[in-house]
Amino acid sequence: MRRLPGGGPAGLRAGVALAAVALVLLSCARASAPVRLRFWAMGREGEVVTDLVRDFERENPGIRVEVQQIPWSAAHEKLLTAYVGASMPDVFQLGNTWVSEFAALRSLAPLDRPLTASSELAAPSFFPGIWATNQIDGVLYGIPWYVDTRVLFYRRDLLERAGVHAMPTTWDAWRAAMVALCRNQGPGHYAIFLPTNEWPQPMILGLQAGAKMLVEDDTRADFESPEFRRAFHFYIGLFRDGLAPPVSNNQIANMYQEFARGGFSMVITGPWNIGEFRRRLPPELAGAWSTAPLPGPDGPGLSMAGGSSLAIVRETRHPAESWKLVEFLSRPEQQIRFYHLSGDLPARTEAWHDTSFTHDPLTLAFGDQLQRTAPWPKVPEWEEISIRLQDQVERAVRGTTSPDSALAALDRDVDRMLEKRRWLRAHGRLTAAAAVAGAR
Amino acid sequence: MKGPSERQDGAAWLLVSPALILIGVFFVLPVIAGFLLSLTDFDIYAIGDPRVMRVVGLGNYTQIVTDADFWIAFKNTMIYVVLGCPLSVGASLGAALLVNAQRLRAKGLFRVVFFAPVVTTLVAVAIVWRYLYHPKFGLLNWSLAHLGLPTVDWLGDPHWAMPAIILLAVWKNFGYNMLIFVAGLQSVPQELYEAAELDGAGAWQRFRYITLPGLKPAMVFVTVMTVLGNFQLFGEPYVMTQGGPLRSTVSLVMLMYEQGFRWWRMGRAAAIAFVLFALMLGATLLQIRAQRERSS
Repeated sequence: MRRLPGGGPAGLRAGVALAAVALVLLSCARASAPVRLRFWAMGREGEVVTDLVRDFERENPGIRVEVQQIPWSAAHEKLLTAYVGASMPDVFQLGNTWVSEFAALRSLAPLDRPLTASSELAAPSFFPGIWATNQIDGVLYGIPWYVDTRVLFYRRDLLERAGVHAMPTTWDAWRAAMVALCRNQGPGHYAIFLPTNEWPQPMILGLQAGAKMLVEDDTRADFESPEFRRAFHFYIGLFRDGLAPPVSNNQIANMYQEFARGGFSMVITGPWNIGEFRRRLPPELAGAWSTAPLPGPDGPGLSMAGGSSLAIVRETRHPAESWKLVEFLSRPEQQIRFYHLSGDLPARTEAWHDTSFTHDPLTLAFGDQLQRTAPWPKVPEWEEISIRLQDQVERAVRGTTSPDSALAALDRDVDRMLEKRRWLRAHGRLTAAAAVAGAR
Repeated sequence: MKGPSERQDGAAWLLVSPALILIGVFFVLPVIAGFLLSLTDFDIYAIGDPRVMRVVGLGNYTQIVTDADFWIAFKNTMIYVVLGCPLSVGASLGAALLVNAQRLRAKGLFRVVFFAPVVTTLVAVAIVWRYLYHPKFGLLNWSLAHLGLPTVDWLGDPHWAMPAIILLAVWKNFGYNMLIFVAGLQSVPQELYEAAELDGAGAWQRFRYITLPGLKPAMVFVTVMTVLGNFQLFGEPYVMTQGGPLRSTVSLVMLMYEQGFRWWRMGRAAAIAFVLFALMLGATLLQIRAQRERSS
């Protein structure tokens, strides 16, 4: 074997010295190299947040943020596969419906401790219903980023023509207004569009009536409770009496055209539709429609607490920097900027004092509604439960089963889905995840 | 003492071993793992904490057969197999006869046109067909209205959604089987037709007594593959209807997908996969026996 030049003890010593120098140089380089944060955001939010992130980097020269944009349709699967493959980002946008699931997976860092230490963030500056969706068993897992709730979009002109001058606030008056609308408009026209393939509307009415839907630590279904039954009968009655068309979203060609034509005069939908309605309705209808908070059984009603939060991954190597990014994105001025870029409504109440909201009657209804929101049951099974709810609503609407037997079937099916939760509860494992999280 | 045949055996094993190892690692092992998975209740809670996974034996299987949703998916899948297979085989045989006809010009062009749907992405096809099926502005309903027939809410009516899916799937897939039939047709000796014509056989008799027997191997292949393929219906309803309306287009594979990747009940999903496997095995054995009885 040929000897390499510089071999032998002297060469070895030189090599060691060189290696040591290199090591020192490398560690210096590491100390001055910026921390790289990986941030995943979905859909439109992922597109526009890059603008905000640039300012964050300018403020924090030691931190680089790599934003990855994920389409909403693939987001859930991507997050889960990333979790299984241990390749989660540091910070990510978490849809409110998924908080319980990712908490059950123990993939989220509990945020109570950084929150108490924070000078920028405090619970009271967020809408309470939205805040509550981020707490599982008393542990906080996300900071609300933007909020999404449902309100009524309605044709003010048509209502006035039917003799209704202000949007009613109780179910009875709301129903009476719908009857008046239908009588005034004649056949072929409906009062309200409630797509049979959407679950939020019947669920919201259930929340309004005070229904819990799941009981005993969310291990048993309770859709047959008097509260939910009341809401369900009211909801199905709207179809039975011809006030709402028994059709799904896919069957209606173009919701905006139908709304413009007067095919229906009310629809329960979310903030993204303010922009869509402005863009898609003919200009002569500009002042003819408005938004209003949802009526309730006996006065202004609740709506659902939706939207997205910012969550930090439990395994992140940069918890402090991640928290800094969350704090930055939650600042009122950033929330207002984000609203102008994306149309997403701010989760922080301070941001709502901005003139973009106080001078816009269409978003005011959302601001009002956000004072009255409630979360739906926070269990990983909710997505599946909501589909069953939707199925049974559709059956009852189409008259293939009676409303009461639809609810009985719903309770039976959902109870079956919750079998694992009952077992976990019986073995004291249901809150184990929360206990572990709290200890950290 | 090692004989030459033994040595040859050794060499043969050595040569096939790469393939065997690949099949073992990427096929046999996952199937065994899948079966073991089907005996557990591996779910979202177990992904977070493996200790809460329970071995439930055949529990998943009893859950499945007592679940109304499974029987809905089973019925839908059977409708698709029983209606879709004859239509699909018939359409591809008809198309094969047409593009193979003596008098036809531009045979290549027609073959390409008929084969085009097979290679087109399903999502693109679905977008076009959703327009065709549109209840108000769709071409199909427009034609029906012009013929004075009542229009159909193709994808919105629970009774029509599955026929609509079948129509789309037959159109999308017949090109592949057509090519196999064309190959089969070309292997039928021309002299047989000439001899039959001399004996005064008509077109139907020539088809019945020469073409069909000549196509028998192709026919067996095509029917078995079509039945197997149809049992695995997924993409068409997934992109067209998401299983609706009223679960009328949920297939067994779609049910498996929902259980596994939407609700993260991996154990249940694996069990559905094995039930589907048993169904397909049974159907294929029946077909092979029927073919054998017919030929004996």
